[in-house]
Amino acid sequence: MGPIREIDSKLITETVKGLFLEANTCLGADVLAALQISLAREESALGRQVLARMLENAAVAREESAPICQDTGLAVVFVEIGQDVHVAGGLLNDAIEEGVRQAYGEGFFRKSVCDPLSRANTGDNTPAVIHVEMVAGDRVHLTVMPKGGGSENMSSVSMLLPTAGREGIRRHVVEAVLKAGANPCPPVIVGVGIGGSIEESLILAKKSLLRPLGQKNSRDKRLNDLEQDILADVNRMGGGPQGFGGTVSALAVHVEMKPCHIASLPVAVNIQCHVARHREAII
Amino acid sequence: MQNYRSIKTPLTDDLCASLHAGDMVLLSGEVFAARDAAHRRLQETLQRGEALPFDIRGAVIFYAGPSPTRPGRIIGSIGPTTSYRMDPFAPLLMEQGMKGMIGKGKRSAEVVAAMGRYKAVYFGAIGGIAALTARCVRSAELVAYADLGPEAILRLELVDLPVFVINDTQGRDLYEEALKRSKT
Repeated sequence: MGPIREIDSKLITETVKGLFLEANTCLGADVLAALQISLAREESALGRQVLARMLENAAVAREESAPICQDTGLAVVFVEIGQDVHVAGGLLNDAIEEGVRQAYGEGFFRKSVCDPLSRANTGDNTPAVIHVEMVAGDRVHLTVMPKGGGSENMSSVSMLLPTAGREGIRRHVVEAVLKAGANPCPPVIVGVGIGGSIEESLILAKKSLLRPLGQKNSRDKRLNDLEQDILADVNRMGGGPQGFGGTVSALAVHVEMKPCHIASLPVAVNIQCHVARHREAII
Repeated sequence: MQNYRSIKTPLTDDLCASLHAGDMVLLSGEVFAARDAAHRRLQETLQRGEALPFDIRGAVIFYAGPSPTRPGRIIGSIGPTTSYRMDPFAPLLMEQGMKGMIGKGKRSAEVVAAMGRYKAVYFGAIGGIAALTARCVRSAELVAYADLGPEAILRLELVDLPVFVINDTQGRDLYEEALKRSKT
């Protein structure tokens, strides 16, 4: 263990704020590239028109610092904090919430968080959804992900039979995407988490969405193959961009996996719309 | 734009009957932005036997809650939200005279049947292009339920919003037809 490094909580607030301001207005280079590739591949003329407008919108949003989508999402934040770090001047969670509050205020982003029963809006898009993981070292790795409600609503976790196997998982995921149809704003990115406990499968699915588009699953060739098979199945369905018909219903399928109980096979599907927003920084 | 038909609100029975699933439309005129919480209030208003806060006859409702408007701008980013959440309320509003809905995603069988019965049309707008869609909005004003914040009802004046007929008055469905085409 190294010496303790102090990180001012204000620096965390500033960083989170900057990341959300950028994520909600500037679509990542990986998504832009994936949309360009899709534009060349899409067989439907209407589908190509839709994809072209998505690219045009990304340019307008960047130019005007306007939200790419009006749904600027729940503020999901992944934190990897080195165990040699001490956050000074305040609590880590408070610092993150303040960054969210400032970004959503100053960015003129929609406040989309409410009390589940009364439906009263909290007014500043907090609370954020914060996942903290302790890691080695003396740095803090922050990843922000504004997550829209439409695609989140089409997500699920299922406890499949342990004997369902690879093909059972494949059919289950394809069925989930088919059922979602045009609701989650296709072309989508399909995040899949296999294994772990019920909640871990969901976190795996969500984290899989952070992998840059176009990057292969390098950890396990079996998962890479499964991703390609599911992607081909989904794009054969014919829904296409926005479900208006076409060959690009999904930009990518990302699968992450962890060992699970001998009695279980949790499979989580977290669907992400084409406005796949995430930004990261290391302090 | 090529192959687009320009139409203007309010919509009439004849106009709705002439629109078919798959038609590409440039929609202009007044529409009302309303989503989940506002629909619940509209239903409660009707249940109490009171008048709706706007004239719904011939009206088009845009299932949308825009981002806040920056100073000097007309509106923030705006785009369709998923429509099925408004399914429980749509037949009642069609009964009151609503003629069009703009959103995204599939509608229930009840809503599709009501569209045939009341001669109404469901349009799909492209989701996730909200900075671009905002450029079709020429004015925006609050109509009701300011306390709902992003879910308040707004009156929007649109010019040439590109939309696509998903469900027509004859019961056709663009989404289903797209999936069927891929199987043949």
